Amino acid sequence: MSGAAEVEGLLRELAPRVLGVLVRRYGQFDLCEDAVQEALLAAAVRWPADGVPERPRGWLVTVASRRMTDQVRGESARRRREEAVATASPADEWVAPGADAGLPAAADDTLTLLFLCCHPALSAPSQVALTLRAVGGLTTAQVARAFLVPEATMAQRISRAKQTIKAAGARFAMPPPPERAERLRVVLQVLYLIFNEGYTASSGPDLQRADLTTEAIRLARELHRLLPGDGEVAGLLALLLLTDARRPARSRPDGSLVPLAEQDRSRWDAAAIAEGVALISSALARTPVGPYQLQAAIAAVHDEAARADDTDWRQILVLYELLAQVAPSPVVTLNHAVALAMVRGPEAGLELLATLDGDGRMAGNHRLEAVRAHLLELAGDTAAARERYRAAARRTTSLPEQRYLEGRAARLEP
Amino acid sequence: MKYVVLIYSNPATWRALPPGEADRVVKVHNDLIDELTASGEFLSIYRLADATNARTVAARDGVPVVTDGPFGESKEVLASLWEIDVDSMDRAVEIAGALIPHATVEVRALMDAAGLEM
Repeated sequence: MSGAAEVEGLLRELAPRVLGVLVRRYGQFDLCEDAVQEALLAAAVRWPADGVPERPRGWLVTVASRRMTDQVRGESARRRREEAVATASPADEWVAPGADAGLPAAADDTLTLLFLCCHPALSAPSQVALTLRAVGGLTTAQVARAFLVPEATMAQRISRAKQTIKAAGARFAMPPPPERAERLRVVLQVLYLIFNEGYTASSGPDLQRADLTTEAIRLARELHRLLPGDGEVAGLLALLLLTDARRPARSRPDGSLVPLAEQDRSRWDAAAIAEGVALISSALARTPVGPYQLQAAIAAVHDEAARADDTDWRQILVLYELLAQVAPSPVVTLNHAVALAMVRGPEAGLELLATLDGDGRMAGNHRLEAVRAHLLELAGDTAAARERYRAAARRTTSLPEQRYLEGRAARLEP
Repeated sequence: MKYVVLIYSNPATWRALPPGEADRVVKVHNDLIDELTASGEFLSIYRLADATNARTVAARDGVPVVTDGPFGESKEVLASLWEIDVDSMDRAVEIAGALIPHATVEVRALMDAAGLEM
């Protein structure tokens, strides 16, 4: 195996393990992360041409360690130019023996790294960028392309994120047990953000960004492998699989969006649905319920309906009622209102929506207006529905959403 | 979220500034560019040539008609355009706040090709 795509897959898998080895050996997460990135870039060029080395992880550790040695030497030389101790550490002392055997605790390193990259001192975009590079093994150029910013901007963001982690005094170690639940919640949120970046972009000119869904699912799978007993990790993985399964049907070739009720369900990914349903069923049976499990369960009910009319809205309503208790938020209320409308009629849904009118978090939100328009349309109030679709179309910053909302409004022209 | 920050100013006001004030404002702008570059929020800046160099092109009976000068009668004209990528509109407005001396600043969200089906 030496195709560029296969090499890239292997490198992404090895990246966090190599970084773990380096950080435990040298400390200095920021410098080690740069060194590993350079080793990955070197491998991405050489392996497809020369073939994958016998011990790929050892190769990467050796190359990255050499890079670290150079950096450490360079810094010493700068600091103490007159002293002859700049090269006090012979290269061999730094360089790994090359064997993959004896590199300890590889699996745990990935988890430790995830916790570090999702450090609470970082903003969400920084957590996302650093996770993709340090844990996902993506290059800065790939992360930059995924977020449609110049490579220099993304490089700066990643470097700033590492400085912030350093300044916060974070260490390459698992967070203390009392902090772990909260930190894991952030990790799950970051993986969900990565997924959504790819999912919402999966049409039109941004197809490359769509790779992020694959990457998020890969990382969630890895996390589930490391923490098989955690129901929320299983819930997130199930939610990603059950949502991604609908991706082939969610947009037309011209990039326009197809609402769930109108999607061609024969194009949904049956294998992903089966895997997601099995995961969420098992998690719900074994572990305390949480928001990702509930969202996955809702996605499963949608995915299991052969036709939109077969959707078990009563079950979805019960799940939203639970979700509203476990993790209340304006977005949950929005979706809860849709489920309520499908079971008890549009007026009941509109009544629940009205509770969001005074909520500052939803002020000017296009989705609130879009849902209201939909429920008004169901209630037969065509004029009001048209007006709300137009309001939603003006507020969204998404081109395909705007096109969809304007289309709905146009359909209701007298 | 990507935004453009549009800075409108009146060239006459700018010329009438007391000595040193123009340099001070330019330094505020340059320092802000450095800060936004370091934080990874800066994407690009366009500084526009004086509006006397502008041509306005409009259709009259389906034929393009060119006139000298900027579109509109306002004394304040577009002077520069910053493209930024920040967490929220609040952060964009905070950045715009540093640019208001002797100018009017408008923050506009950019459209995204990504979207969620409903």
